[in-house]
Amino acid sequence: MDLLFQNLVNALSLGGIYALLALGLALVFSIMGLINFAHGELMTITAYGLILGAGLGLPFGAAVILGVALAGLAAMAMERIAFRPVRGASAATLLLTSFAVSAVLQVLFQNLIAARPLPVAVPRALAGTLDLGGLRVGVLPLATILGTGILLAALALVLRRTRVGIAMRAAAIDFQMTRLVGIRADAVIAAAFGLSGLLAGIAAVFWVAQRGSVDPMMGFLPVLKAFIAVIVGGLGSLSGAVVGAFLLAFIEVGLRALLPPELLPYREALALALIILVLLVRPQGLFGRRETVR
Amino acid sequence: MLEVTGLEVAYGAIRAVRGIDLRVGQGEIVALLGPNGAGKSSTLMAIMGVVPPRAGRIRLEGRDVSGLAPEALVRAGMALVPEGRRIFAPLTVTENLVVAAPPGRRRSELAADLEEMHALFPVLAERRTQQAGTLSGGEQQQLAIARCLMGRPRMVLLDEPSLGLAPQIVDQIFDLIAGLRDRGLTILLVEQNVDLSLEIADRGYVLVGGEMVLDGPAAALAASEGVERAFLGLSGA
Ligand SMILES: Nc1ncnc2c1ncn2[C@@H]1O[C@H](COP(=O)(O)OP(=O)(O)OP(=O)(O)O)[C@@H](O)[C@H]1O
Ligand SMILES: [Mg+2]
Repeated sequence: MDLLFQNLVNALSLGGIYALLALGLALVFSIMGLINFAHGELMTITAYGLILGAGLGLPFGAAVILGVALAGLAAMAMERIAFRPVRGASAATLLLTSFAVSAVLQVLFQNLIAARPLPVAVPRALAGTLDLGGLRVGVLPLATILGTGILLAALALVLRRTRVGIAMRAAAIDFQMTRLVGIRADAVIAAAFGLSGLLAGIAAVFWVAQRGSVDPMMGFLPVLKAFIAVIVGGLGSLSGAVVGAFLLAFIEVGLRALLPPELLPYREALALALIILVLLVRPQGLFGRRETVR
Repeated sequence: MLEVTGLEVAYGAIRAVRGIDLRVGQGEIVALLGPNGAGKSSTLMAIMGVVPPRAGRIRLEGRDVSGLAPEALVRAGMALVPEGRRIFAPLTVTENLVVAAPPGRRRSELAADLEEMHALFPVLAERRTQQAGTLSGGEQQQLAIARCLMGRPRMVLLDEPSLGLAPQIVDQIFDLIAGLRDRGLTILLVEQNVDLSLEIADRGYVLVGGEMVLDGPAAALAASEGVERAFLGLSGA
């Protein structure tokens, strides 16, 4: 019972982090057809921002705001400098551009900051455990679940209730048509990048809090996972991205819990095999629309 | 109101529109007719800034608007209801309308605009919380037109609004378009339904193979055999 509960907590917190990342990727992809491989570097920027904040003597909460804001600004700068000039170019061009941005940032991190992992200090309280009526839970996973859950709910509300949110959903469905009803392309795209940056930043806070350190490659793995989640959910579907993220997290945690020790080294491969199975049954992803015909 | 001169549109080697002139006067309905592949949609897309024209000028109310982005043209008072309607299918009817309201519009004004659309299109009032993709074809066309009106345009471009609709619904849509003119809108109507278009239009143009082969008052075009011949490919390019 306790073990099952632990695994459930782990899967939910991992899924929450993947979901924030996947949502950002899906939002940008659905609006401008770009798979942003530099998304992971936004996480890394937040982590360095936490170190910067601590160095400036800021309390942890303020350092988090600094780190997350840096990711949002970096995302918008990325769009303005690198992606706007190639907007509307072929998918391959966009993809290569995002690879280039990612590579340039990693080199900058290595040379201007540090090539080796740097420790990130998190409040000691996060490392503790709580007793929930006999069930023990780590404070950090619980905070992750609550934080990501509240954020996802708030985001759903923004996307459903506000005009900016509705415009973003419309742009994700048919970007050209959104312009034809008078919405400025630059504004929606900048908003989508800014939002995706903020989400990546918040995901990064939970991610580094668990690992305690940051290195120039830190963002790669979680964003790769989020990318898989987006594909599983159906490229371009926002709710699909969230479902895909939790599905992937449950598969990963489930395999770690259920596999016999001698098979544990293969769990990533097995997780991917399960994902491929999903895609064999539904090539367009769980929530993907079939090729839209106009 | 709208003046297009020397418009050329090409997709790589395909020359879809080959230097056409077109004029729509204030308060007119002008029909742009032509068979499949004539370049009608390309003309509208180029006027609206979606497809960059290879050559030509576009003037709206005397102002040169060539090269403006679609969103800038919407702000300048023009709107396009594209071929195939392109409503935002997963969004609700109301969301489809709200998204098209100009950014600065206040909540109270927005509510008034929605009321106005509901009065003009009673079906949409009944279906406000329904997903737009679940509407019937005729209802979707009404939604597409209502959506474009949310921006309070003075000049509306309609691309085959009767496409794929049942005959009674087609009549209803044409009545509606005539009604829009009575509200003071200027309309450029692209259609393949020649008879009905010429019934409501003041003037018409016939486009074949990217070239303008005929134009004149609607009544004269309706009476002549030229239009039918153009559609059969017996004249023009
Ligand atoms: N995006 C595109 N890329 C390449 N060729 C195109 C494109 N859009 C249109 N064309 C070509 O340009 C020509 C004119 O097409 P257009 O859609 O403007 O015609 P249309 O008069 O609207 O036809 P329909 O009545 O079938 O809608 C056609 O030969 C078409 O194949
Ligand atoms: Mg057409």
